[in-house]
Order: sequence, then C-alpha cells, then structure tokens
Amino acid sequence: MNALLSIKDLTVVVHEDGRERRLVDGVSFDIPNNSISAFVGGSGSGKTTTGLSILKLLPLGLTVSKGQILFDGDNLLNISESKMRARRGKDISMIFQEPLNAFNPVFTIGYQIEEVLRMHTKLSKNARKARILDLLKMVELSDPSRVMNNYPHQLSGGMRQRAMIAQAIAASPKLIIADEPTSNLDVTLQAKIMDLFRKLKNELNLSILLITHDLALVSHLSDYVAVMTNGQVVESGTTKQITTTPQNEYTKQLMKAL
Amino acid sequence: MIKQKKYLNEFDIALRGFRKNRVAMLCVYTLLFLYFTAIFADFLSPYSYKNEDRNYSYSPATPVHFVDEGKLTWPYINGLELTYNEYHARIYQTDRSVKHSLKFLVKGDEYKLLGFIPTDVHFFGIEGEGRLYLLGADSRGRDLFSRLLYGGRVSLSIGLIGVLISFSIGLIIGGAAGFYGGKIDNLLMRLCEMVMMVPGFYLLLALRAAVPDDFNSVQVYFSIIVILSFIGWAGLARIIRGMCLSLRERDYVLAARTLGVSDFTIIVKHILPHTLSYSIFAIMLSIPGYILGEAALSLLALGIQDPFASWGNMLSDAMSIVRIKFAPWILWPAFFIFLTVICFNVIGNALRDALDPMLKSEGQN
Repeated sequence: MNALLSIKDLTVVVHEDGRERRLVDGVSFDIPNNSISAFVGGSGSGKTTTGLSILKLLPLGLTVSKGQILFDGDNLLNISESKMRARRGKDISMIFQEPLNAFNPVFTIGYQIEEVLRMHTKLSKNARKARILDLLKMVELSDPSRVMNNYPHQLSGGMRQRAMIAQAIAASPKLIIADEPTSNLDVTLQAKIMDLFRKLKNELNLSILLITHDLALVSHLSDYVAVMTNGQVVESGTTKQITTTPQNEYTKQLMKAL
Repeated sequence: MIKQKKYLNEFDIALRGFRKNRVAMLCVYTLLFLYFTAIFADFLSPYSYKNEDRNYSYSPATPVHFVDEGKLTWPYINGLELTYNEYHARIYQTDRSVKHSLKFLVKGDEYKLLGFIPTDVHFFGIEGEGRLYLLGADSRGRDLFSRLLYGGRVSLSIGLIGVLISFSIGLIIGGAAGFYGGKIDNLLMRLCEMVMMVPGFYLLLALRAAVPDDFNSVQVYFSIIVILSFIGWAGLARIIRGMCLSLRERDYVLAARTLGVSDFTIIVKHILPHTLSYSIFAIMLSIPGYILGEAALSLLALGIQDPFASWGNMLSDAMSIVRIKFAPWILWPAFFIFLTVICFNVIGNALRDALDPMLKSEGQN
C-alpha cells in the first residue's frame, strides 16, 4: 500500500499546572493515495487535534512532543514554517464544520478563493477568474458567476459548504482534511455533499481525511477508518472490517449506536 | 434572471446613519471648506505670509464699505493714518479722504499655485499704496487673514499626516502583537507601555530638543509630525492588540492559515478590517491631539518658526494680556483651532454612533 501521508506515534501534549496532559497519545495511521479515510470518535477524543497537527496549526499552548508525520518524503514536523506555509492549501487543505464562520464576512466568495490562487499559482487575473468559475462549477453550484460576487451570508448553508470545498481544492491539493463537514447540514444535503466528495476524489485524484463522530456517514463513504477515544486510536482498518467485525469494546458500542 | 439588489454592506449602512446627523454633516462641510482654503491659501489670500509693513503694526481691521455718501458703490476700504498719543501709543485713524477699491484677481506677491504653477494673481486685494486688513494685522504689520489661511496649511495637514503615520504603526504593531501572542506580544506591549509611561508633553519637549536646531522649516515641520506620531501610536496599538487577540480565534483566520495565506496578509486583510469600525472614529478623535500638539510646540516657539505661519505660532503673539487688550484680533487663530477641533470631535462621535451596531436604533434595511 502506497501511503500519501503517514502519521507515526504522534503525541500532542498540553501543559497544565506543570504537568503534561496528552491530548493525542501515540496515534499511528496511514492515509493511502486516492482514498477516503476517517477518524471517528466522540468529542474530546483528539481527532481534530490530530487533523490540525498535520497542518501544524495547533492552538497556542499545544505542542507535538513526539512522533512523525511523513508526507511526500518530508517529515512535516521538522520542516520550516515557510515551507509548511507553501504546502498548506497547495498540498494539504482543510474544510471546516461551519462554513459561515470559515469565510471572512467582509470579502466576497470569489475574492477569498482568488486569494488561494494568488498565493499558490502564477495565473493571470483573467485566468484566475476563469479558474474560480470552473471550481464553482466543479462543486455543482448552479450559478457560479453570481456566487462568485456574493458575500458568505448571502448563500445558503449547503451552497456555502460547496463554496468552501471549491476553495479547498483551488490549488489542487493531494489531501483534504474535512473536519465534520456535514454536521450542520440536513440529511439530504449530507448525502449530496458526500456524493460530491466521492466525485471529486475520483476526478482530481486526491485523498480525503474525514474527521467525524458520525459512523453511519463513515460506513457509506470512507475506505479506511480509525476509531479514536481518549487521544488513542483503539482500532483501525478498512471500513468493512470495522463495521462488520469490530474487535474493540468502544467500536462495538459505536456500532450499536447506529 | 432576477436583477440582484445592490447589497448594502456595513459601511453603507453606517454612512446612511451618519448622513442623517445634520450637525456632523455641517462639520464635514466646515472642514472641507477649511481644507479648501488651506490648499488655495496663496490664491485666496491678498498677501503672502511674509509680506510685512511695520508701519501698520497691530493695525485694526480695515472695514469694507459698500455705501458711499448714501449710495451703493463698489466695495472699498479707507486708508489708515498712524498717529501717536501722549504716551507714545499707536493710534490708527481712518482717513476718509483716501479710498482703495477692492479688486478681484489683482496682481500681488508671487507664488506657485498648487506648488508648481508660478503666478502672481490673487483672488482679491487692493492696488496701490494702501493695506487691506480684513481681520487686522499682527506685530509686524502682516495681514492676519492671509496668515490664517497659510497657517491652516500647517495646522490642518499636521493632523492628517500625523494620524496616518501613527495609525499605520499602531495598527501593524497592535495587529502583530495580537496575532502572534506570546513573546512578541509581551515585547511589543512593554514597548508601548514605555512610550505611554512618560508624560506626553515632556516626551514631546524632550524629542523636540533632540532635533537639530539648524533644520529648515520643512524639516522642522516633518520632524514635528514624526514626534507627534511617535507619541500617538501606543494607545491605539494596545486597543487593536486586544481586539486582534479575539479576532485571531475566528474560524476564518484558521481557514486562511490552512490555505497557506501569509501572516502579513492575514493580519492586514482578515484581522485589521474588523477593527476598522473602532479605528475610524479613533482616528477622527485623535486628529485634534496633533493640531493641539503642534499649537503647543509652536506657542513655545519650538514648532514652526516665524515668518512661516501656523495657527500655533500666530497665537504665541497672544501670550501677553496687554496685547490681547489692545489687539484682540490676534486671537483669531484660537478660534480656528477651536472650530477644527470641535468639528473633528463631532464627526468622530457621529461616526462612532453610526458604526456601533449596539447603539443602532433601526435594523438593517
């Protein structure tokens, strides 16, 4: 198996009252090329923290104490901030739970997508505009030229989520980390967004890392799963393995809750 | 396709609210008028700022007459005759036999319009021997009205340029401190406190003393601006830093970072614009500080040097109560300082009301 990104023994700690508390405790996981993988777990299980440490954007006070994150021949934890910044958005990008908050309210959608293109590509102004329209079409937004000139609050929740996906794929990354991408959407929209993810994965040859508490979603969409609780991966494998023959007690409980 | 309604953003709405405030709009027009007169000071004034005639020291205003022997005539002024009383005090008497009619577009002192068009045409004035003093003369017999216009150039521009410099510093330093936090924040904020710790006026004097005294007037002008801005940025930086501390936790800042946007772009484009509703009125409210600071320095003869005019150094003439008693018109610069300061304050307050959604009585429309 050819891993696009592989996390080895990742440990993230926070210092509290002079003591170290482990938020992520020895997590190892491989994300293969052109696949959909998922971290599943309850809140506080360390799945989002793991996702953020891949991008080296941990909140203040949290530090990676040991481990490796291998991507494209580099250990991301060792490379400089400027090299890391060049990779963010270009190689790895992220999608958030609430797209209303993830867009800056004072700029139009088009402007914010263009910002990514300006940062990571050398396209001319007109080429950037064409690319934005392409991207918005790719995420199946019906009226791209209108959406481009809209402010975030003028779009519906589903449209915003699509616009954010368009922003995330703007610089053709190889990996997209999607943190609870559908939790705020209703069920029919969830299904549509999931279809979109699968389509984009096949068309753009990228990998998606889902971070979610929704095992039902995972079982439909993803190829590989890691079940997390208390900062540890308690069980990982193909989705089929996990859903049909769960070994760990926590996984069994999750499955029962379906 | 349905035609899209033009979307009103926050500032359009604020601008609407502001336009409804009539007092503030009056202040805006007043300031625009003052700035207009300052820009075209050399054209609008009958004399240049250094055109002096010591025979007319502290000459009173020469009233403009429209009626001559019961008949309406072209506006004219009478001549002045200087005599001394028994205590050798100057007495100016109107000489009704001499008439100088007011003329438009007369030739006078040479100047460069807008700095590059050499000409000697003035908007109005008189020709010949007499002197036209619309508001009276100062100690050297220079026209107070002309000098007020020229003085406005210094006093009105110093606030704008000063605020531009200090706010750029304040926004960048406050933004960086708030965004990065930790050691950088600590270092920058202690720096701010060091600047704020020293009483402003003493710092002003100390910094002024550090400026070489063989500077020419332009250099003095800019060094005063730099000194005033150096004192002004710290307070703003602290407040902006506080706002940035909370703004940097917003999801869109994290989102921008996950997309590889540089720190500088994030601070300038994604964080600082959200502090604008505060900084816009803070800017308005701090401009008077620069005008008053310049006035204070010039009053102590540390600012703009004679013969160049600023409202502050014109006022230094009015430091003696005796002079004010005999020539009260030398207080005119104080009136213009007062007018400008109050206009900026009213506009600043109106902007705050318009920009603060908490105070807004009407909903978004």
